[in-house]
Amino acid sequence: MRQRETKRVIPRPQAEGSLRPQEGSLAALGMTALPRRAVFAGALAITVVPLAAAHATPDAMAAAIKEVTGDAAVREAKVKLDIPPLVENGNAVPLTVSVESPMSEQDHVKAIHVFNEKNPQPHVFDARLGPPNGKAEIATRIKLNDSQRVVAIAELSSGAFVSGSAEVIVTLAACVEDLT
Amino acid sequence: MSNVMVNVPKTAKPGEMIELKALIMHPMETGFRSGTNGRIIPRNIIQRFAATWNGQEIFAMAFSPAIAANPFVSFFAVARQSGTIEFHWTGDEGFDVKEQVAITVG
Amino acid sequence: MTRRLGLALLLVAFATSWVLAQTAADRRRSGYQDMGEALQKMQDDDGGNPGLLFVQLGRQLWDKPAGSGGKSCADCHAIAGMKGVAARYPAIPKGADKPIDLEGRINLCRTDHQRAEPLAPESQDLLSLEAWVAYQSRGVPIAPTDDARLVPFRARGETLYRLRQGQLNLSCAICHDDNAGNKLAGATIPQAHPTGYPVYRLEWQTLGSLKRRLRNCLVGIRAEAPGYAAPDYIALELFLMDRARGMPIEVPAVRP
Repeated sequence: MRQRETKRVIPRPQAEGSLRPQEGSLAALGMTALPRRAVFAGALAITVVPLAAAHATPDAMAAAIKEVTGDAAVREAKVKLDIPPLVENGNAVPLTVSVESPMSEQDHVKAIHVFNEKNPQPHVFDARLGPPNGKAEIATRIKLNDSQRVVAIAELSSGAFVSGSAEVIVTLAACVEDLT
Repeated sequence: MSNVMVNVPKTAKPGEMIELKALIMHPMETGFRSGTNGRIIPRNIIQRFAATWNGQEIFAMAFSPAIAANPFVSFFAVARQSGTIEFHWTGDEGFDVKEQVAITVG
Repeated sequence: MTRRLGLALLLVAFATSWVLAQTAADRRRSGYQDMGEALQKMQDDDGGNPGLLFVQLGRQLWDKPAGSGGKSCADCHAIAGMKGVAARYPAIPKGADKPIDLEGRINLCRTDHQRAEPLAPESQDLLSLEAWVAYQSRGVPIAPTDDARLVPFRARGETLYRLRQGQLNLSCAICHDDNAGNKLAGATIPQAHPTGYPVYRLEWQTLGSLKRRLRNCLVGIRAEAPGYAAPDYIALELFLMDRARGMPIEVPAVRP
């Protein structure tokens, strides 16, 4: 498993073939700490800060989580991450996130946000849900480039946040692997 | 030409919870990999996936580069009315793909 | 009464000896059995196996006219007739004296019958067509043809399989016969039966051929990997398919 040894703090200059300029953290998601209620305004997209050669760290993940939750308390409850504890290849790791919820008009999951702590950037996905879903459960396949913790934060209709996490051992890296 | 596989039951009883699966062919290039020339391969990902049932949004998901290539998503919905379920993927390089399925509820 | 009892005992004896013969003789495992449960589920999910995207693409290409004749594969072949084909390749085409694999067969049809350009090795179109054809043999036991002309090519394949090569000086047999089931850098070494090709390999994030996989192995042991046209790949495939005789085809397989 190849590891990148150099840590670059300054983003790469924009040149042909490098990352396109991005707007800034989660602005396009409408996810700023202030108007938390307008969390999913308009276009739903994740913009990635161009730190092409830097690694995410647990601090970066904490910062990304804070952009979603602000100062609200996050209770570790109700959220289950179903992810294999040992992964043969980090390029496509099956993940199922489920949140205990009646998904009624009065009590449902509004959003699920998933984060990681060691990929080049801390986001995995953000999903918007509601009573029409009947069940707050999403399955997908994600990339993990190192053994790490994956965290899911669920935002409830009451405004409260609940979370769950899982530790995964990855035996082969994804994301930053060079082509040969 | 985009290649999509969606898996939705053709019929459901009113109030029945169904699972919807959607798979689409897409490289989901992260923008963090270097090519053989040492230069970064530009990012090319799907950014958003959404589903509507008779025009009403029932699911929306923002993808990051951490979603695997040929992305697969499964989620649930409660069947209420017959009609059309539409899946919509949008992303980098003007990627814009829609796929519709008909469902009969009753 | 005694005759019925006798027959029943005979049946029991036959069944027991058959079961014993199977379990004693056949310790072969597909790479499927060496994967974790999550990846097995991914392969089994007909609504989510990523290789099926390529099978679907292959199905569209099968019906698409190509070449100056404007003929599609479907114009000559009923797809149902493709069942069993992948299970018996590589084979020697009519009028030739050297074996070709399924990709070679598809390209031979393109150049000879469709008067179209051959598809590039490892191209999405070629792999998708191959996947669609091989998919028709899903569940069919591997059954190489007993063509006597294949014997020297298969023998060459076996020689290559047992040949130590590369800077690491390893042969295929050392890992896949002697050490199958043991770990190599955290991964379980499979027995290397080509039951699921073309395979969706997570390492590639796409579908790929047996040749591509063999080249990965060669690079892995730091040996020089010949180009895609090298006949040694066909020889190896002939040997591997014979070694996997009777095992069911599981296209499209998912592998780490």
